[in-house]
Amino acid sequence: MVLRIVAIVAGLALALAGTVEAQTPRKGGTIRMTAPYGSSFTSLDIHTTQRAQDEIYAKALHRSLYIWNSAEGKPVLELAKEDVVSGGGLVHTFKLRDDAYFHNGRKMTADDIIWSYNRIMDGTKAYPGARFVRVIEGAAAVEKGQAKEISGLKKIDDFTLEMKLTEKVEPGFYFFTALTSIYPADEGAKDSFIQKPIGLGPFKFVEHVPGSRIVLERWDRFYKPGKPYADKIVVSIMGEAAARDVAFRNKEIDTSVLGPAQYVAYQSDAALKGTIVEVAEVFTRYMGMNPSFKPFADKRVRQAINYAIDTDLIINKLVKGKAYRATSWLPLTSPAYDKAMKPYPYDPAKAKQLLTEAGYPQGFEFEWTTSQNESWGLPIVSAVIPMLDKVGIKAKVKQVETAVLAEVVRTGDYQAFVYSQASGPDPQAALKCFHSSTPQPACNYMNFKNADFDKIVDEAGQADDPAKRIELLQKANALLYEEAPVWFFNYNKAVMAVQPWLKGVQLNATELTHQNVEDLWVDETSPAK
Amino acid sequence: MLSFLFRRLLQTIPTVLAVVLLVFVLFSVVPGSIVTSMSDDADPQVELRLKKQLGLDQPVYVRFGAYIAKLVTGDFGTSFRTREPVTAMIAKRAWPTLQLIFAAMAFSVAIGVPLGFIAALRPGGIVDTLAMVVAVSGLSIAKFWLGLVLMYLFALKLGWLPSFGYGDGGLKYLLLPAVTLGVSPMALFARTTRAAVLEIMTADFVRTARSKGMSETRVVKWHVMRNALVIILTTVGLQFGGLMGQAVVVEKLFSWPGIGSLLVDSVLQRDIPAVQGSILVVVLAFLAINLLIDVLYGVIDPRIRYA
Repeated sequence: MVLRIVAIVAGLALALAGTVEAQTPRKGGTIRMTAPYGSSFTSLDIHTTQRAQDEIYAKALHRSLYIWNSAEGKPVLELAKEDVVSGGGLVHTFKLRDDAYFHNGRKMTADDIIWSYNRIMDGTKAYPGARFVRVIEGAAAVEKGQAKEISGLKKIDDFTLEMKLTEKVEPGFYFFTALTSIYPADEGAKDSFIQKPIGLGPFKFVEHVPGSRIVLERWDRFYKPGKPYADKIVVSIMGEAAARDVAFRNKEIDTSVLGPAQYVAYQSDAALKGTIVEVAEVFTRYMGMNPSFKPFADKRVRQAINYAIDTDLIINKLVKGKAYRATSWLPLTSPAYDKAMKPYPYDPAKAKQLLTEAGYPQGFEFEWTTSQNESWGLPIVSAVIPMLDKVGIKAKVKQVETAVLAEVVRTGDYQAFVYSQASGPDPQAALKCFHSSTPQPACNYMNFKNADFDKIVDEAGQADDPAKRIELLQKANALLYEEAPVWFFNYNKAVMAVQPWLKGVQLNATELTHQNVEDLWVDETSPAK
Repeated sequence: MLSFLFRRLLQTIPTVLAVVLLVFVLFSVVPGSIVTSMSDDADPQVELRLKKQLGLDQPVYVRFGAYIAKLVTGDFGTSFRTREPVTAMIAKRAWPTLQLIFAAMAFSVAIGVPLGFIAALRPGGIVDTLAMVVAVSGLSIAKFWLGLVLMYLFALKLGWLPSFGYGDGGLKYLLLPAVTLGVSPMALFARTTRAAVLEIMTADFVRTARSKGMSETRVVKWHVMRNALVIILTTVGLQFGGLMGQAVVVEKLFSWPGIGSLLVDSVLQRDIPAVQGSILVVVLAFLAINLLIDVLYGVIDPRIRYA
C-alpha cells in the first residue's frame, strides 16, 4: 500500500516535470492564485506571521537564504552561490549572490542578512522565525536582551557571510521559509514598509486590498535569467471552498485547494479530473495523549488506542482518501521515512488484551479536546468514539476553536487532543520535538521523555555521514512508533486543482500552495491577459 | 431639534462604554492569547516581555482605563498583529462595507416596499400570494446558500457577472454580494409594508377621507403612504444593524474586503485592539443610523415633534 502511494506520488512528479520540459515557457500573462486559509492575510510584514496563508504571496515578493526545491525534496541555496562548511560542521561561509536586487533597486549585501536575522531575534516582538534563527550562535542572547547583535554572524565582505551554528544541522532546513526572508536593512525599519513591502523576489508589490487580494508585478531585475515568466500575479483570498469551486469552474482562478468532499467530486468529473495535483505533505495528524493522565502513562494503553481504531476505514470513508495512513511520526516525503514500517492493524481483541494487562479490563474514561476541523477534528473524533467504546474506553468531547486548541496543546492542559503538526521537512528537527530537552510549549506537546530515544537522536545530530544519520533517525522513529505517545492517524495528502493553462506547478511537500512562482507560466489559452 | 440631537448623542455614550467594556471583559476571560497565535514556539521570556509591551500584564480594569483614555482622543490603538493603527485598518475596510450595505439596502427597499404595497392593495390576489411566497422564501433562505446559487447562476451558467472579488469596486462586482445580503431585508420590508398598509387602510382617517370623496389615488398617496413610511422607516433602521452583522458571511463568501472579514480574522487571532475597534465602529454606525431615522420621522410625519 505504502509503496503504491510512493509510486503514485513519484509518478505524478515525473509526469508534471515531463510536461514542463516538453513545452517552452511563455512570457507574459497573469497568474491567478488563491489563498484558501482564511479571510485575510495577517500582515504584509512576513516576519510577523507564521500562517501558511501569508507565505503564498511572500514566495513571490521575498526571498530567503535557501529555497525549497520540490523536485529534489530538500532546501537548496538561493541567495548564496556556495556554502563552505568548516569548524567541525558548525561554521558555514556563504558566498552570496552579487546580482540580487531589492525592489528599490539596491543590491543585497551581507549587511541585509545580518540585519534581517537580528530583527527576527528582537526579544520584544515574538517573531515566529526566531525558532529557526536561534540555531545561530549568539541569537538566543539577542532574544533575551543580553546582546545587541548575533555574535555568530560575521560579515567578511559585502558578499561573504560567516554563520556559526550551535548545532551540527543542515542550515537549509532553518532558512528556507518566508519567516526568515531577507529585508533591505535601510527600508525594513521604516513604518511605510508594512504598507508597501520591498523584497528580493521575482515579483514586486503593487496593491493590497485587505480581505480580497494582493497584486504583484514582474521584477525585471530578478537574478534568475529569463524569470519570472508571467507579468503579474494576483493572489485572491478565498476561504470558502464552495466559492472557490465555482470560481475555478468559471475559469476565474488558476489554482484551488480541495477539501475531502471536493476531492471526490473532482475525481468523478471527467472535465476536472485532469486538473488535480496531489502530494504527501509533511504534516502528521494524530491524537496526543497526556502521560500525566494515569491510563496514558502506560505504553500498553497508548498502544491499545492504536489497535482499537480502524484508521483505514476513517481515512477511506470520512477523509475520502485524502490522506495517507501514518506508520509512525515521519511522513512519506521525509528523507528518513522507512518504507518497511507497517501501521498498527485494526485489532480490538489485541486492544482489549493490552488494556487488561495494563490494569484496565473495564476500560476508562477520558476527555478529548478537539477543534471542528473537518480533516482532523470533530468529525474524526465522532467516528473514533464508538470504536474506542467497543473496547471499553469512553471519550467525552471537549470542543474548542483552533486558536484555543493551540494554547491547550502548548500548556498541556488536556487529557487527549487531536491535532495536525509539522513533521518535516527536516527529520532531525521533527524528531527533536520528542527529545526530553525540548520543552512542552516548544513542540514536545505530549511531554515525551525517553532516555533511549534521546540518545539515538543525539547520536544522529553528531553523525557526519548522512546515511548513518538517516539510519539513526529511522531507528528513533521506530522507537517512537513502539512507544506510541500518539494515535498515528495520517499524513496529509494536499490536493490542488490547477487549470490546464498554468504550467510549472511544483509538488511542494512542505505546503502545496507555496509555489516558487518564478517557475510558473501561463500558456495562451489562459483567459486572463 | 438641536437639543434633541445633543441629548441623543449624550445617550450614546453609556451604550458605547457598555459595548467596549463587554468586549474587553469577554476577551479577558476567553482562553488563547495573541502571543500563541503569533508564534507557537515563543521563548517564555519573550512571551512575558511581549505581554508587558502590549500591556497585557496589567489587570483588566487598568487596561480598560488606558483604552478609554486613548479612545476619547480618537485613538483606537495599534493592532497587535499588523502593528498598524486600528483606525487606518478600519478606514481601508469601511468603504467596501458601506458600499455593500447601502447597495443591499437600496435593493431591498426598491423591491420589498413596492412589492408589499402592491400586495396590500389587492389582498388575497395573485400578486399578494406571490409576494408573500417571495417574502417567506427570502426570510428563510440561508445567505451562504443563496450566495452560492447566485454565483452558480449568474457567473458560471450565464457568465454575466464575476463570481467573487472586489475588482475596482464597480457595480458588476457589487451586484451579487448586495443581492445576497439584500434578499432577507427585502422580504421583511415586503411583509412589513403589506401589514402596515393593510392596517392603515382600515383606519378612521382613511375612511373619513374616502367618505369626503377623495380619490383612491390621493388617499393612498397622502394618507396611506405617509403613515406607512414611518413604520417602514423604523424597520429600515433596525435592518441596518442586522445587515452589518450579516455582512460577515457575505464578505467572506465573495472575498469582499469589508469590516466583517477584518473582525472575524481579528477574533481568531486574538487581535484585541482590532476587534474592539471594529465592533465599536459597527456600534457607532448603528447608533448614527438610528439617530438619522429618528430625525427623518419628524420630516415624514409632522405630528412627531422633538422637545
